[in-house]
Amino acid sequence: MERPAPSLPPTLPSQFEDWFAAKGWAARDHQIAMVQRAKVGRHVLLIAPTGGGKTLAGFLPSLIDLSQTPASERAEGIHTLYISPLKALAVDVARNLMAPIEEMGLPIRVESRTGDTNLSKRQRQKANPPDILLTTPEQLALFCAWDGARAYFANLKTVIIDEVHALHGSKRGDLLCLGLARLQSFAPAMRRVGLSATVEDPDRLRRWIAPRPEVADLVLGTPGAPPRIEVLLSDQRVPWAGHSAQHAMAEVYETLKTARTALVFVNTRWQSEFAFQELWRLNEDNLPIALHHGALAPEQRRKVEAAMARGELRAVVCTSTLDLGIDWGAVDLVIQLAAPKGSSRLVQRIGRSNHRLDEPSRALLVPANRFEMLECQAALEAVAAGALDGDPPRTGALDVLAQHLMGACCGEALSSEALFAEARSAAPYEEMSQQDFDDVLSFVSNGGYALRTYDQFHRIVTGQDGLWRVRNPQTAQRHRLNVGAIVAGATLNIRVSSGRHGGGRKIGEAEEWYFEQLTPGDTFLFGGEVWRFEGVSGMDARVTRSADKEPKIPSWGGTKFSMSTHLAERVRDMIMDRDHWQHLPGDVQDWLGAQAAHSAIPAADGLLVETFPRGGKHYLVCYPFEGRLAHTTLAMLLTRRLDRLGVAPLGFVCNDYVLCIWAMKPMDGLDLNDLFQQDMLGDDLEAWLDDSIMLKRMFRHCALISGLIERRFTGAEKSGRQVTFSSDLIYDVLRKHQPDHLLLRCARADAAVGMLDIRRLGDFLQRIVGKVRGISLPKVSPFAVPVMMEIGREAIAGAAQEAILEAAAFDLISEALS
Amino acid sequence: MTGATNSPVRLPCGSVRLTVNGEAVTLRPSGALWLEQHQTVVVADLHLEKGSAYAARGQMLPPYDTAETLRRLTQEVAALGPGRLILLGDSLHDGKAEARLAPTDVEQIDRLAQGLELLWVIGNHDADGPRHLPGQTLDEITIGKLILRHEPLPTPQPGEVAGHLHPCAKVTGKGRSVRRRCFATDGQRLILPAFGAYAGGLNLRDAAFSPLFAKPPIAAALGKDQVHLIGWSQLVADR
Repeated sequence: MERPAPSLPPTLPSQFEDWFAAKGWAARDHQIAMVQRAKVGRHVLLIAPTGGGKTLAGFLPSLIDLSQTPASERAEGIHTLYISPLKALAVDVARNLMAPIEEMGLPIRVESRTGDTNLSKRQRQKANPPDILLTTPEQLALFCAWDGARAYFANLKTVIIDEVHALHGSKRGDLLCLGLARLQSFAPAMRRVGLSATVEDPDRLRRWIAPRPEVADLVLGTPGAPPRIEVLLSDQRVPWAGHSAQHAMAEVYETLKTARTALVFVNTRWQSEFAFQELWRLNEDNLPIALHHGALAPEQRRKVEAAMARGELRAVVCTSTLDLGIDWGAVDLVIQLAAPKGSSRLVQRIGRSNHRLDEPSRALLVPANRFEMLECQAALEAVAAGALDGDPPRTGALDVLAQHLMGACCGEALSSEALFAEARSAAPYEEMSQQDFDDVLSFVSNGGYALRTYDQFHRIVTGQDGLWRVRNPQTAQRHRLNVGAIVAGATLNIRVSSGRHGGGRKIGEAEEWYFEQLTPGDTFLFGGEVWRFEGVSGMDARVTRSADKEPKIPSWGGTKFSMSTHLAERVRDMIMDRDHWQHLPGDVQDWLGAQAAHSAIPAADGLLVETFPRGGKHYLVCYPFEGRLAHTTLAMLLTRRLDRLGVAPLGFVCNDYVLCIWAMKPMDGLDLNDLFQQDMLGDDLEAWLDDSIMLKRMFRHCALISGLIERRFTGAEKSGRQVTFSSDLIYDVLRKHQPDHLLLRCARADAAVGMLDIRRLGDFLQRIVGKVRGISLPKVSPFAVPVMMEIGREAIAGAAQEAILEAAAFDLISEALS
Repeated sequence: MTGATNSPVRLPCGSVRLTVNGEAVTLRPSGALWLEQHQTVVVADLHLEKGSAYAARGQMLPPYDTAETLRRLTQEVAALGPGRLILLGDSLHDGKAEARLAPTDVEQIDRLAQGLELLWVIGNHDADGPRHLPGQTLDEITIGKLILRHEPLPTPQPGEVAGHLHPCAKVTGKGRSVRRRCFATDGQRLILPAFGAYAGGLNLRDAAFSPLFAKPPIAAALGKDQVHLIGWSQLVADR
């Protein structure tokens, strides 16, 4: 599919040549290539590192085209639509795009449209469209459900999708891809342009960008200089366990002082709060250090971003909220606190530093415990080798398709044949069966129930012409209120209490479950300050400032990401290969040596299982290195089996590397190869899953996305709590009466991928068949220590709900009715 | 036997027996009330055809709620063999619900009504009661020292058994919370949980409950196979 290399001299109009020259730049090869691909009308994917002028390369053909056609001769409507996963990015790109437009005096109008755009501006944009509109996937879905969309986009020439690598593998990506298919039917000549960071499998993104069966051309930017990455070898010893990296904080602070501006990445919001507080404790020089995470109020985040853009900050402690986004030239150091969990994420984060291509990015990895030390070393080697994590294969989610079909029928009348063909032109759905499509269409129409009592009720109906259309305008309006593939958990606003009636300043928001753990008077850390929890009223958690230095409720540990398969493999290989140990710090080498002496080093292709007694209980510890999600699933299933085998399991705990189960009776006599048989993924999994809270949560997400239940009614937002409750009732009834219903299938599929990592667990069980090696030890091994230190932080799941009720059941004698 | 005692007793079947206004009552894990001495089963707030009421407005909830509610009710009747079954109001979700009942569900109600006395106490959702279904419609009924009506009166009423409020108990532990339907009683009056498959719930800590009880009530929360008695101090509000 590769085209011949573009023949120079390049093809920029003189106006543009002059502009580049005035800046002291020359147009880069990939920018020229993008212009040439546009001339021959090709769909194209541009893969370039950050700082390579990627955004300009995407827009250049549109700017040229618009500059060469006088406004009077232009077809009416949007010329170029730009879609970004981040609202902030859409706004930021508008600003950056204005520079060349204004400096060249081009007659081009650029506007942005996000969820924050006010109603009057939106209406003006509909009546009088700009040449270039910058927006988000959710806004595209809204456009698709609008009856004016076909006319509005009839002359659309180009759609540009930014950060494709971050979008394509998600439900949001599914919805966007379907939206692109819709746009293509409005404007058949529309060209698709994808912009992406480096990925492991570019061909997959080339297919994703193009209307299938086409494949987008690939244009590659010049790779930047290789990054300079170091793992922090602390003077302190690397801790056995934990996630906070507190031991290294003084050294992190010293390193910050050597940088102009640093980004300090952590894996969870609570880690960011902790690190922020620790750094300020050490901050004798009063360096301007800020905090940025998803729970902070948007205004506060914008403030930090603006201060960063002005170069006023020396460091920002942040979560994945800053993985993507705005180009900050001043950043010259990236610090990753705790292990990065995957090489692709690490590369993305490192790319946030030093956006000048010719200079290497500088990064420092700070492991929080011994296994993380191995993981950081593995990540460093992976980046040096240019090895990225592979994305698991993905098929389009059917709940997302349901939302899309509903939206399409709100926009115009369509035949089921046209809808099917259009959906299959979106890469995630290209192999979808007619049966699956029919199921989804029937679900959209009348719920798709085997019991046909709803034949008189429909959301979409077919007319005499055989075309599907929405039943009435009210139904369309309700659909538009529920558009999007992002389902947020129930969150509460955190407000500073101003007297008894609340209503104070909002400092951010956090998940409801967090406040359920607190009782009034507890103090906790948020936004870098210690707050006293006063209580909850309505959707607000009321807090007051606390004089405490230390919060009473510690930050949440652990990580929300699971270590990637690719890194896991590297860690296993590293442990196996004794020659490699010398690259590790002394205390880690000693630890590996002690493990070899007292137990054994886990083999790369087998599974080491240790059993030992301790404190009157019996422990089983094994080392799959397959990530927290797969380990949790494995532990649930093993616990069921061990229960049947009569060893009375009491609980388990896992992290990314290890899992540990403890029981009343010894487990060293068990046939381990039998215990780890692959068939555990059959009936045991089904039985456990159907009753799990997790599946109910997945079902709720699918029910919301597919439109079975509504996010909000016109006017008032339903609180998350009510939705949770009613979707559970629906789940219970549906599971009993139609267990193969579309949405239950969706929920199971989502759980298998997102929460359980079934595929990875399956691969693992396959890999270790007949290779499980049991060692019966007199006491805990050196490798088992870290996981043993985490015991007590997690309770055994399953019967937990009943256990909570049981524990709350009161003593009838003391609190009697009399 | 100490007939006058107030101490609740847990029965092997998972139910709890206690006294309300001096009358012995059994709280079943299903959410049904069993008055053994009067051979009477009482259930509140079935909300039959709630699913189709939503579907008529364009929200296609699974249409199995009526069948599910009737299945559980039939199970209770089969287990207890009562002479009388009282539906304590809001048995039908709305005035047109009866017309939307599937024929199989109508047959199921007919079967239920055979061999027992079926009484429909009316509620605010079904103020007219059923038109064609078997059984007798009434406003309220006195049984022993108890008076059964749908909506509780706003002041303490010794012996009143009512539904309407759909009480739920919420407790927390181990960093998680559990919210379950429950009976609520102070020993003087009793509020039944909603029995219908799609009936939502109102937290017992909600202000709507406070005028009803002279002293803080206990919750009898519906667990999987048993009723859990939970003291007022253990209950938490939704927010």
